[in-house]
Amino acid sequence: MTTATLRPVAKPSLWQRLPVVHQLRQSVGVQRGMLVAGLVLMAIFILTAVFAPLLAPFRFNQLRDASGTFGSQQPPSAAHPLGTTVGGYDVLSRVIWGAQTAILVIVVAVLLSIFIGVLLGLVSGYFGGWPDRVLVVVCDAIYAFPSLLLAIVMSIVISGGKSDLAGGILAAAISITVVYIPQYFRVIRAETVRIKAEAYVESAKVLGASSPRIMFRHVLRNATRTLPLIVTLNSSEAILTLAGLGFIGFGIEPSSAAEWGYDLNKSISDVTSGIWWTALFPGVAIVLAVLGITLVGESLNDLADPRLRGRRAVAKASGEVAETSVVPGGTLDGGPGGIRGLEDGESFDEHGIEVRS
Amino acid sequence: MTNVVSIENLGVSFATDAGAVKAVDDVTLSVAAGEVLAIVGESGSGKTVTAKTILGLLPETATTSGAVLLSTADGERNVITLSKRDLRAVRGTDVAMVFQEPSTALNPVFTVGWQIAEGLRAHTKISRSAAKKRAIDVLRRVGIPDPEKRVDYYPHQFSGGQKQRVVIAMALVLDAKLIVADEPTTALDVTVQAEILDLLRRCRDEFGAAIVLITHNMGVVADLADRVAVMYQGEVVEQADAHTLFSSPQADYTKALLAAVPHVGQGTVHAAARAEGRTADWSANAPVVVARDLRIQYPGRFGRPGFVAVDGVSFEIRAGEVLGLVGESGSGKTTIGRAIAGLTPVTGGSLEVLGHEMLGIRERSFKPTRSQIGFVFQDPASSFNPLLTIADCVAEPLVIHGRAASPADARARVDELLEAVQLPRAYGDRYPHELSGGQRQRASLARALALEPSLLVADEPTSALDVSVQARVLDLFAELQREFGFAALFISHDLAVVDILADRIAVLYHGRLVEEGTGAEVLGAPQDPYTQRLLASLPVPDPAEQARRRDALHRLRTAD
Repeated sequence: MTTATLRPVAKPSLWQRLPVVHQLRQSVGVQRGMLVAGLVLMAIFILTAVFAPLLAPFRFNQLRDASGTFGSQQPPSAAHPLGTTVGGYDVLSRVIWGAQTAILVIVVAVLLSIFIGVLLGLVSGYFGGWPDRVLVVVCDAIYAFPSLLLAIVMSIVISGGKSDLAGGILAAAISITVVYIPQYFRVIRAETVRIKAEAYVESAKVLGASSPRIMFRHVLRNATRTLPLIVTLNSSEAILTLAGLGFIGFGIEPSSAAEWGYDLNKSISDVTSGIWWTALFPGVAIVLAVLGITLVGESLNDLADPRLRGRRAVAKASGEVAETSVVPGGTLDGGPGGIRGLEDGESFDEHGIEVRS
Repeated sequence: MTNVVSIENLGVSFATDAGAVKAVDDVTLSVAAGEVLAIVGESGSGKTVTAKTILGLLPETATTSGAVLLSTADGERNVITLSKRDLRAVRGTDVAMVFQEPSTALNPVFTVGWQIAEGLRAHTKISRSAAKKRAIDVLRRVGIPDPEKRVDYYPHQFSGGQKQRVVIAMALVLDAKLIVADEPTTALDVTVQAEILDLLRRCRDEFGAAIVLITHNMGVVADLADRVAVMYQGEVVEQADAHTLFSSPQADYTKALLAAVPHVGQGTVHAAARAEGRTADWSANAPVVVARDLRIQYPGRFGRPGFVAVDGVSFEIRAGEVLGLVGESGSGKTTIGRAIAGLTPVTGGSLEVLGHEMLGIRERSFKPTRSQIGFVFQDPASSFNPLLTIADCVAEPLVIHGRAASPADARARVDELLEAVQLPRAYGDRYPHELSGGQRQRASLARALALEPSLLVADEPTSALDVSVQARVLDLFAELQREFGFAALFISHDLAVVDILADRIAVLYHGRLVEEGTGAEVLGAPQDPYTQRLLASLPVPDPAEQARRRDALHRLRTAD
């Protein structure tokens, strides 16, 4: 029997198998550049949000300090490096605090939509039938509306338009959630329908496993491999939707939180009168935050697809010859990376997108 | 004789995520004009990569060394160093390819005539009507009936075998001197395979084309090849003309490969011995499975009548007996297996499984019986949850039926099972993708046997495996069956495989049971014309014997 000696295939540590870390190690060239740039931007964004109380010179709703009021529309100076807004707030502080609001909204929106969307998609895809049809039609209907319009309706329904910090963030997040649930629903449902036909699910059925057991043990974890990608792309869209809501005036009150879209809205009249600092900095903040997250998302997308993923070229006719299955019991070590080193279609695991080594 | 192509010291490496992998290592081959060279090997031996190099079809991750000299109209060209533009000129006119899966090689939105003409118009200045005339002509020559009309048909209007004929016609229309056929018959049924092999033989004889035939099927090699190159681990281990190779193989690998090929007639002795070993009152026992006029219909769309997959089939499986179910694709054999396991609802007649009537059964009342049924799936790649270890997967049935509290709890029993299927215990900690196809299929057997079922349904368990691996899995199956004594329904499209294991063989054709009996009866003296044709179409790995069988098949066909 199989007495062939096993060449130990180095098992990558948990750290190396984490979603983004793995892709970072896997990437080369321009793709690596994009991913690193995106990660750096995201890190700055997150650090700014976390340490906002330390970084910002003033509170987001602060109008005066010991030496009196700031004054409105002051150009950049030593006291206010990025100037002040028409409402008399410090622009730098508003931009820094805005990061915190944006992150809170993203986290709440993504968490809500991921849980609801995944659960609905899983149940709907697995059981099928008329509830599935109805849900698909509802989701298609939601797709047909412009997402901002939907978000506006939701924010009016939830908070009557404006409210305090918690209420405002929740309203914005739920508005975004409604727009994104269909995306998670569609993706998970499609994966579930595909996986439902896989032999290992049928095999569980033949064994007599209960439906919840099959859904959560066999289907769910295999269906979630594209989620990190959608999460990153949705996060960037969430920032834009939030800014859009704020810009139109359905955002969060300036006294309860700093919000980039609101500040942009208030700076419209400034632009024509030559006051550039009130519009520029919140705008740049939105662009950089979205750019960072999008770069990460797009890189993950490219790396997930073996056909798009760049690889280092190999030296002429190098490498080890892969063993074929004629050895008793079949091949034990396909190549330098074991059988997993060969493209054999079995290249995904739970840690996200395309995990092989 | 001049060589159409000569491959010299070819080496190909691929860049993969895990570093460089060498697929082809120092291969030297040549094909003379009008010759059929078969490249034989199991999966991963580098045979397809070698063939693709001839057309310059390797992906960008590949690095090549050595030379592939192709004789073209402008003299010998080295394919490896050709520019993309020159490659395009060479493809089609000098060398053409026939792919494995005819249904994906044709574009579904264009007529076949258009697709044949496309090749012509890419290489020569030719009017639309002249191109169509050539297309009709070549379709007639590859044996498509009524080509004037069918030239305007779309690919889905042809059967699988006819589609492969169209693909071959596309290769022939530019009079390519070399045709590279990559597993041209693997996706086809045996009876269709015989026809396509005849056509390829005519390509050589009538069109004078040289053929590089890539295959893993030794029967196909014996049928068609003039010369054979055996590849193993990226190297050519043996090269000889077909008669010499089959009569006196030199390399150990070739010998092992030939020995592993199943022959019809191998199992008759074995089955007779088992029949004798049974007591006289054995047949009086209640059968495990009884089908009476079984009818299974798949629902149609929008009120149209559904597709009848199984129509009026009656058979029974007694305790401890192996029934082999043979048929071509679409014959309903898999449907019957799935109906027995309760995966497909029965729509008519009666199917009794372990005392339960499956017609209109509810899942709840059948569930306790499920522990009595094991199922082995065809595709070892997808029959395990990729996120669970082998031990967890094998423990699933034990946990589900309450024999163990958790996978860890069941580990002792799992280790026993893994040893029963001859896998090392340590493999339990591996993930499915870390096992080869054969190992996974053995683990699949272990899972099916975990609850010691009295009935095992095996749906083509070896058809995705290489021959040498298949032989080992079949041995194991026979041994386990002796040991555990379960009754089994063994589904396969390969008569020789069924013959090795089965006590009785049932032949299905278009959802109907055409013949049933012991191996000696069905394979020794088949009564039904379809069984006769099926048996005669099966190529045997012996060129002289195969030539005789080919003539017999031609007689059978003309007699029809």
